[in-house]
Amino acid sequence: MLFKTIKKQAFFDFYFPDFQCVGPKKVGINNNGKPIYQFLPFSSFDEIDLDYETTEYSAKTYFLPYKETLSSFEFKEDDWTQNIKYSTRPRVIIGLHPCDINGLIKLDKVFEKTLFPDPYYITRRQNTFVVGIDCKKPCDGGFCSSVGSNTVTHGFDLFLTDIGDRYFVKIGSDRAFNALQKIKTSEITKNDNELYLQTRNKFEDGFEKTVRVENLPNLLDIEFESDVWGKWGDKCLSCGTCAMVCPTCYCYGITEHISMDFNKSDKIKQLYSCNLNDFAQVAGGHNFRPEPATRLKYRYYHQHRGFVESFGQPLCVGCNRCGRACLSGINPTDVISDLQREQKR
Amino acid sequence: MKYLGIEPQKPKIAVFDFTSCEGCELQLLNKEETLADFLNAVEIMSFREASSSSSDDYDIALIEGAVSRNDEVKRLEKIRKNAKVLVALGSCACFGGVNRLKNEFDLKSANKEVYGNNPKETINVRAIKDIVPVDIEIPGCPVSKAEVESLICHVVWDSPFQLPVYPVCVECKQRFTTCLFEKGQLCLGPITRAGCNAPCPAGGQGCWGCRGPAVEPNYASFFTIVKEKGFSDIELKEKLNFFGAFQEVTIS
Repeated sequence: MLFKTIKKQAFFDFYFPDFQCVGPKKVGINNNGKPIYQFLPFSSFDEIDLDYETTEYSAKTYFLPYKETLSSFEFKEDDWTQNIKYSTRPRVIIGLHPCDINGLIKLDKVFEKTLFPDPYYITRRQNTFVVGIDCKKPCDGGFCSSVGSNTVTHGFDLFLTDIGDRYFVKIGSDRAFNALQKIKTSEITKNDNELYLQTRNKFEDGFEKTVRVENLPNLLDIEFESDVWGKWGDKCLSCGTCAMVCPTCYCYGITEHISMDFNKSDKIKQLYSCNLNDFAQVAGGHNFRPEPATRLKYRYYHQHRGFVESFGQPLCVGCNRCGRACLSGINPTDVISDLQREQKR
Repeated sequence: MKYLGIEPQKPKIAVFDFTSCEGCELQLLNKEETLADFLNAVEIMSFREASSSSSDDYDIALIEGAVSRNDEVKRLEKIRKNAKVLVALGSCACFGGVNRLKNEFDLKSANKEVYGNNPKETINVRAIKDIVPVDIEIPGCPVSKAEVESLICHVVWDSPFQLPVYPVCVECKQRFTTCLFEKGQLCLGPITRAGCNAPCPAGGQGCWGCRGPAVEPNYASFFTIVKEKGFSDIELKEKLNFFGAFQEVTIS
């Protein structure tokens, strides 16, 4: 990895012509006086705040939109044509935390490095210049260090760590290296390395929430019938909020939309959630998971068991966005801790 | 208009208004970008707001409004006999709508309050399904034109017609709306059927449940949350009763 330092002010000289710029914008204040941030397009650096704690939504939607047209069909007499558009406007996303970049790395495994790569995802991923930044402190309920998503070594173009008046910069791609030629950077000194490591250590020491997940896949199998699922399932509103704010939930449904002149049709993909009532309903109407508890259980099974079996790591990045967004207070550390207690009893 | 060489059949539709504001009927004439195609796809046999023709020869009856008078009952029964498919259009037709608030009061005093010394004949407000069998319901105040279009495609091409089973929360999230509970508001989104694209929360107003319950909403959990957030039963009841769409549940 190539390291450099950049004066904070110099970083803001970055200019991305023809790119759509997206970053953490403050969109309001919640009940408790805490600022609410979202990743949104911006036109000037003073619209974003790189010191933000966390965003309400992940940046997933810039790679996997909530809704996208996969293909359009046009009917003409006895024939039809299909139009597919992969092209996308280049985008730069500034300020992704390690959890979000780790989320992208996991989505890469599903959509890019797989037997059936998804050209829609790949187009957006490759045309997005990712500038990450280390968190100042662990976010409310965040447990990324427990699932190995508190640091990141690839999956970005540039990665910043705030070391006072400068950013400690990791260069993760050749296009980032080239982009850096246009602004003033400095070589790393021994002092910079120390500052960087001190900053990171301070961050690591700040975690309040931790949960052991090493043996979770096996525990989940053993606790398949556990009452814990009923306890949390009774609270679940089956509203899908957790999956919507999650950086890695990628399940979707596809529907056809016929135009009112009956000459065109769109095949539209919409992100869905395994907690929604009809997620496991099949043709003929049978629903394999009619109870909220079963659906909630399978969400945890995908995140912490199925994905581990396929890829050797959980799908969850420990950002606790689901936990904060859930009106019922369902959050991964409490659910997992409950299961672990169950085993000890 | 041919689709793979097949000429589509134009369904004969008729639109009728009962006790309502006629806003849903206006919705049928909105969405100008596809209005011409919409009118071309159907044959309008009777539609007071859009056409001077009036005929009882129709396949699909779109009913707007609730029933609040005895003569409306008779009229509705006649329409049911004529129609192959009867569609309840909008919250009034599906649940009784805001009209249903009248049922909370004594009929005589309500009559007096509104009409003074010129009382009108009136009965308790009922939804269309309380009088005659309804084939398809499209809830909403007003109804979504996109869903009506989808219904027409369903009738002409047998393409699937299904309302979302999930609650409004999904649509709020998909348009980056901050949860209104975060901002200290009461919102029925978590128990209300989506499909409206959540315009009220996006505009800063908690959902009033005009589309009625989502499929199997978790009332118990939702009511607990509402209480924990400090809202009173009166506030909750006011919201639940507003469109009369949550008759299936009582607050314990």
